[in-house]
Amino acid sequence: MKRPMTMSARRNVALQAVLLIVALLGFASAGSYAYQKGDTPKQPKLGPPPVLKLAPIQHFTLSNGLSVTMIEKHEVPLVQIELIVRAGSVADPSGKSGLSSVTASMMEEGAGSRNSLEFADAIDYLGASISAYSTTHSSGVILHTPLSKLDSALVLFGDVVLRPQFPAAELERDRKERLTSLAQRHDQPPAIASVLTSKVLYGDHHPYGIPSSGNEQSLRAMSVEDLRAFHQSYFRPGNGYVVISGDITSAEILPKLERLLGHWQGGAVAPPSIPKAEQVQSRQIYLADKPGAAQSEIRIGRIGAQRLTEDFFPLLVFNTILGGAFTSRLNQNLREEHGYSYGAGSYFDFRPTPGPFIAYAAVQTNVTDKALIEFMKELKGMLAPVSDEELTRAKNNLALSYPRDFQSVAEISGQLAGLAMYGLPDDFFNTYIQKVLSVTKEDVRRVASKYLDPEKVAIIIVGDRTLIEQGLAATKIAPIKVLTVDEILGPAPVLDGGK
Amino acid sequence: MNSRFALLFLSLAVFAGSALSWQPQATQLRVKYERFTLPNGLEVILHEDHSIPTVSVNVWYHVGSANEKPGRTGFAHLFEHIMFEGSGNVPEGKFDEWLEAAGGDNNATTSSDRTDYFENAPSNALELMLFLEADRMGHLLDSMGPSKVDGQRDVVKNERRQSYENRPYGMSSIAIDEHLYPANHPYHWPTIGSMEDLTAASYDDVVQFFKTYYVPNNASMVIAGDLNPKTTKELVTKWFADVPSGKPVLPIDVPVAYLTDQTRLVMEDKVQLPRLYLAWLSPASLTPGDAQLDVLANVLAGGKNSRLYKRLVYDMQIAQDVSAGQSSSALSSSFQIVATARAGHTLEELRKVIMEEIARLKNETPSAREVQRVINEYEASFLDRLENIGGKAAQLNAYFSLTGDPDYFNEDLSRYTSLSPDDIRAVADTYLRDNGMVILSVVPEGKKELAVQVKEGGK
Repeated sequence: MKRPMTMSARRNVALQAVLLIVALLGFASAGSYAYQKGDTPKQPKLGPPPVLKLAPIQHFTLSNGLSVTMIEKHEVPLVQIELIVRAGSVADPSGKSGLSSVTASMMEEGAGSRNSLEFADAIDYLGASISAYSTTHSSGVILHTPLSKLDSALVLFGDVVLRPQFPAAELERDRKERLTSLAQRHDQPPAIASVLTSKVLYGDHHPYGIPSSGNEQSLRAMSVEDLRAFHQSYFRPGNGYVVISGDITSAEILPKLERLLGHWQGGAVAPPSIPKAEQVQSRQIYLADKPGAAQSEIRIGRIGAQRLTEDFFPLLVFNTILGGAFTSRLNQNLREEHGYSYGAGSYFDFRPTPGPFIAYAAVQTNVTDKALIEFMKELKGMLAPVSDEELTRAKNNLALSYPRDFQSVAEISGQLAGLAMYGLPDDFFNTYIQKVLSVTKEDVRRVASKYLDPEKVAIIIVGDRTLIEQGLAATKIAPIKVLTVDEILGPAPVLDGGK
Repeated sequence: MNSRFALLFLSLAVFAGSALSWQPQATQLRVKYERFTLPNGLEVILHEDHSIPTVSVNVWYHVGSANEKPGRTGFAHLFEHIMFEGSGNVPEGKFDEWLEAAGGDNNATTSSDRTDYFENAPSNALELMLFLEADRMGHLLDSMGPSKVDGQRDVVKNERRQSYENRPYGMSSIAIDEHLYPANHPYHWPTIGSMEDLTAASYDDVVQFFKTYYVPNNASMVIAGDLNPKTTKELVTKWFADVPSGKPVLPIDVPVAYLTDQTRLVMEDKVQLPRLYLAWLSPASLTPGDAQLDVLANVLAGGKNSRLYKRLVYDMQIAQDVSAGQSSSALSSSFQIVATARAGHTLEELRKVIMEEIARLKNETPSAREVQRVINEYEASFLDRLENIGGKAAQLNAYFSLTGDPDYFNEDLSRYTSLSPDDIRAVADTYLRDNGMVILSVVPEGKKELAVQVKEGGK
C-alpha cells in the first residue's frame, strides 16, 4: 500500500453539511492550481467545484424531551440510529478509571429478557449490529441495520439502552479479557507511545492523562454496582440525544422512537469539571526502552486546543500544511525526501477542553536521531510564513474533500453526532467552506506562534535504547529521561489460569 | 451511441425483499454500468452515482507479487510506490500536490494477483485524475531514474518494518505462506518481499516490469460517481487512446498447490501470550467451495455464538481471542484459524479443542439457524458495500477481472443465500484435512514449551 491508514483527527471533528453553498468566488480567489509554478502545459484545468446537496437536517423532540436530529438518506436500504449521552471516560470516578468503557461494553452482555449469548444471536441473525462504546466525553449505542429489519432491531436497541442486565458472571469474563489486553499492550510500541504521551502531557491527575481502558487496580476493583450506578447516572434522556441517518422518513421513524424511548425519564446531569491542563514548559525526551524494536515510535506533543476555539479553522489549515495530508511537510521530509519512515504526520485532537496536538512517525531504528532533527526542523519551519501555494493547496484540500465525509449512513450519523455534541448551528455546513477558504497566511502564522513552541514540547520515543540513546543525546535537542515499559504501563497483569 | 459501447443503463437500484422473513435471494442488487474497450485494449467501466459530487477512478493492473521473479520478491509492491513519483508530464511530487489542491485523495494496494490504483475527488477533477493515470500509464519511464527507486526502496523497507517486523506476531503470515506453498508457487513469498530482494531491485527491473505489465491491454479502469457518461467517454478517449498497447500478458500457469502432510512450526516473538495458527489450502476466489468456507469461518468464529468463540473464549476462557477466515486469491486461497492463549494455557490445549470442533463439524451437519445467521450477515454486508463510491469502483473492477462481469453483486450474494447447512459440513470435510495443514505456534521468547509440539505427525 502506498501509504498507511493513519488516524486523521480531522475526520473525528464535528463538521456538518446539509447544503454546501460553494462560493465559487472563494475558490477562484484561493487560486486555481492550473497556473501554479511547475505545472506542465498538458495538465487539464479544473472547472468550478460541484455542490453537495444533502437532505436537510431535521430536528425533533420526543415527549420526554429527548432531542432527535436526522438526515434522510435514501440510496441504500440501511438505517443507522445512535443514542449518545454526555459522559465518557472523563466521568470515571477517581480510582475507577475504565468504568465508562466497561459499562459500555457490558451493556451488550445481556439486555431486556435476553442473556449475553441470546442477545448476540438475535442481533446477528438480523444481519444488524449494535455496538455500545465510550469515548473521552461521550458514551453511546449505535444501531446499524438493513431497513427491512428495523423493527426487530429497534427492540434490541431499546433493551441495550434502557435495560442492560450487567450480570456478574459476564463482568468477570470481561475483566479477565481486559486485564489480558493490558498485558498485551506491552507488546505494542504504538500503544506504549500513546499511553506515555497522554501521561506526560496531562499527568496522572487530569482525566486526559489516564488511559480510558483503566488499570489493573481499577479493573480488579470494579463491581456490578459501579456499572449500574454509571448507567443510571448518565444514560438519561436529559443527558443525551439521538441522531439518525438512513432510508426512512422522519414521519416513519419518529412514532417508533417515541414508543421505544418516549417514556424514558431522567433529567440533565452536570458535566464533570475538568481541570485546566498546564502547557508543556520545557523540552524533554522521554525514551521508553523496547529492546529489539525494528523501529522507533516518535511522538512530539503539546496541549492543543478545544473544539470550540475561535482558532479552529486556522488550526485545520495549519495542521494540513504541517502534517495532515500526504504532501504535508512532515511526510514529505521524513518519508519522501529521507525514506526514514512509511509515513509521518500530525493532528489536533479537538475536545471540549484542549486535547493534545501531536506530531508522529515510526522511523527506522538507526536513523532515530536524524529523524528527530528533521522533525524539529519542520516544527520550527512552521513559525515562518507559509507559501501561497501551500496555503492554497491545504485550504482547497480541506474544503473540496468535505463532501466525501457524507457518503454512508454511518458517516452522516457521525457528523450529526458531532454537531449535537458541540451545539454547532445547522448552518455550520454553509459556513465551513467559506471559513476554510478565508484563512489567511497571517492566521496560520498567528496560530503557529500561539500553539507551537518548538522549545517547549514533550518528545516521546519508544525504541531500542541501546541503539538510539547515544545518538539522541548527541543531537543535544533535549535531556533524556529513560523509562521502562513497566514504568509506563505498570507491570503486565498476571492472571491465574482458567476460568 | 458508438457500437463499441455495450450497455447504457446507469444508476443503482436495490430492491429489498420481504420485511417479514429472510427468504433465499430476498435481496436483489443491481449496480448498473456501461463498458467499452479502447483499441489499445484498455477496458473501461462507467458507473453513475450522483449521491455526492465525487468521482472515483480505479485502475487495476493485472500484475501482482505472483508475477515476480525469484530474487525480486516485493517488486510489484515497490513498483506501486514508484508509480506515484512522477511521469513524463507530471514532475515528481506533483501527482499528490495537484490532486490535493483539487480536493482529491489517492492510494493503491498490491496483492499477489493485482495492483489497484485509485483516486477520489470532486467531480470537476475527473479530467485531472484521468490525465494523471494516463500519463503514468503512457509516460512513466520518461522521467524515471535510479534515485526514485532508491527513495521508495527505503520507504517500502520501513513499511515492512512497521507492518510486519515491529508488530507483535507480524511475521506469522510470511512463515505460513512459505509452508503452504512450494517454492515454485508464486504464493510462496510475501507481497511485501524480503529485505534482501528489496535491496536488489534495480532501475532496469523497473523498466522491464513497466514494459511487460503496465500496458493498457493488461489493465481495466472503473470510473464511478457523479459523472456524465458521454463526456467521460470522450475524456477517456482523449487521454488514453494514444497509450500504446503492449504484448499480451499471459496468465500465470502454475500447478495447483496440494499439501500431503502436516507441518508444525514454532516461532519466538516479543509477545506476552502464545498464539496458534492453523492453516489449510482452499479453493480460489469465487470458485466452488470459496463461499462455503466463508460461511464455515463464521460458524467457527464469527460472533459470540460461533463454536470456537463460545467454547474457547466464552465458556472455557482459555483463549483471549479466536478468529477464522478464508482469504481468497485468484490462484488459490488459504483458510486459517487463529487463537491466542490466555496466561497459564498452552497452544496444545487450544489445538485440541479446535480439532475437536472441526471433527464435530465434519461429522454432524450444523444447525439451520447457525448457518442462516451467517448468511443473513453476509446478505446485509452487501448493502454496506454499496454506500461508498470508491468501494463500489474497486468491487466492480474486482468482479470484472475475476468473472468478466462487473455487476456480479447478485451472483456473488447468491453464492451465500443458496447454501445449505450440509454444504458447510461438506467443505469442512473436504478441505480441513489433518494431513494437509500447517500449524504455527508463535510463543514468547524462551517459552517453546507453550508451543504445539513438533514431533507428532510433523515433518
